[in-house]
Amino acid sequence: MLCDLCNKNPATVHLTEIVDEQMTELHLCEECARAKSMEMEQQFGLADLLAGLGEFGKGVEDKEIIKTKCSNCNLTYEDFRKIGRLGCSQCYTAFKKYLAPLLKKIHGSNQHFGKLPVKASKMSKTNFELQDLRNQLQRAIQMEAFEEAAKLRDKIRDLEKKDQESDNKGASQDDIK
Amino acid sequence: MTLNDLVKHTSEWLKGTGPNSEIVISSRIRLARNLEKYPFPHWANKKQTQEVLEKVQDASSKIDLLKKTMVLKLADLDTVDKQLLIERHLMSHEHATKSNNKGVIIDEEEVIAIMINEEDHLRIQVMRSGFDLFSAWDIINRIDDSLSEYLAFAYQSDWGYLTACPTNAGTGMRGSVMLHLPALVMTRQINKVLAAIAKLSFNTRGLYGEGTQAAGNFFQISNQVSMGHTEGEIIDDINGLIRQIVDQEKQSREILMQQNRQILEDRIWRAFGVLKNAFIISSQEVMELLSLVRLGVDLDIIKNIDRASINELFILTQPAHLQKMEGKKLSSQERDTRRAMIIKQTIKGKNEL
Repeated sequence: MLCDLCNKNPATVHLTEIVDEQMTELHLCEECARAKSMEMEQQFGLADLLAGLGEFGKGVEDKEIIKTKCSNCNLTYEDFRKIGRLGCSQCYTAFKKYLAPLLKKIHGSNQHFGKLPVKASKMSKTNFELQDLRNQLQRAIQMEAFEEAAKLRDKIRDLEKKDQESDNKGASQDDIK
Repeated sequence: MTLNDLVKHTSEWLKGTGPNSEIVISSRIRLARNLEKYPFPHWANKKQTQEVLEKVQDASSKIDLLKKTMVLKLADLDTVDKQLLIERHLMSHEHATKSNNKGVIIDEEEVIAIMINEEDHLRIQVMRSGFDLFSAWDIINRIDDSLSEYLAFAYQSDWGYLTACPTNAGTGMRGSVMLHLPALVMTRQINKVLAAIAKLSFNTRGLYGEGTQAAGNFFQISNQVSMGHTEGEIIDDINGLIRQIVDQEKQSREILMQQNRQILEDRIWRAFGVLKNAFIISSQEVMELLSLVRLGVDLDIIKNIDRASINELFILTQPAHLQKMEGKKLSSQERDTRRAMIIKQTIKGKNEL
């Protein structure tokens, strides 16, 4: 079988694309496949997703969005649109307004549920658990599981109380020293 | 441990053990993590990527789970070495392209691999043989916790872990399961299955390389969405989907055995015959034939060959592995000859019924 694109070399890569439930098959030689995969990578970027959001419809706003710049790494929103990658973690704060709907579009939600870093110096274990429980509580409320939510609320209160007590203890010990 | 030792061992994911290992080759979880404030690798200058590389290396040296590891700098590796790591699924194609200040940390068992300065500062991966995402999660969760004691990971309470591409933000987690689905392909059910997977917002990829049709009937399925669900929920979702696909593959195998047994056995033994007798064989042909032989082993049609040796052949016959074993560069023709020889040696004598 010859390559569908160049019709010269034998096809060794077989690509199945599914777009809107329509399936197409492409048989490519290695060279064309490589070119195609680069093309797909670029396409995949985020240009499509961003376009889908319709956030660049209005001329005036458009300019304003594009010029927004991250103060930490100097990446502009226009750069992000072109390369599909953010510049640093601070970009998420700099472009918060525009990223919130984008994240929602990508993931169907823009609220993180899940683990968090245990930076020993910053966060105690209790804080970690608390954050986790608060996440669960928010989720229970969203799902209108109020019984579950009430239980979680009580757990959080208990834990907060304990946390305060241990904080106080820690403080009084420090005083003694 | 050095890179050359790798060739002598079987990778964790090729052991052919673990739950549902007749269909599920391996389960893998990766976490994307970044350091606060440092520009992401694509946007960083040399000094910054160098600092990130050092920080991650330093942190990993302090962690018990990462004691028995080797730390490789991509700049020190030649193309065959890089290809070897890709063939063993220890790093991505993308990681092999530009090598400035990129690194990879690999543990002895090849269960853990951490890419440094890939798309994100850290891409931590844990791989298990068979259908076992939760055990992979258990390990990776502990590594992540330990690393986060030494490294300030970029994190926001509302958006979770922050990544270079917003498609990975949130948990930063991708769980993927590699399946061997020859019966679904033979019975032409596979396209229906793949279409259904795409609708459920999961991704399907081949054994190597994105977007390619699966060579050797291997399919890798992973979650697309990484925010809005806990890691456990995402794993549950993948598990649910995989269980269904495994059941369908099992059913297709039964149907083939009941209705077309003779044709199936003929195809399997023909594949075996070619592998056993060929003098020159391409990697593409090997993939197809080995897939049939593996099915024969799974269905107990071919006895006296264990799944692990077949699995191993899938990887030992890849270009970089052939060259590494031979200790020199080989032309494409030389590889085809060498490949046929290795296969013969492996299955010789093991199969007499």
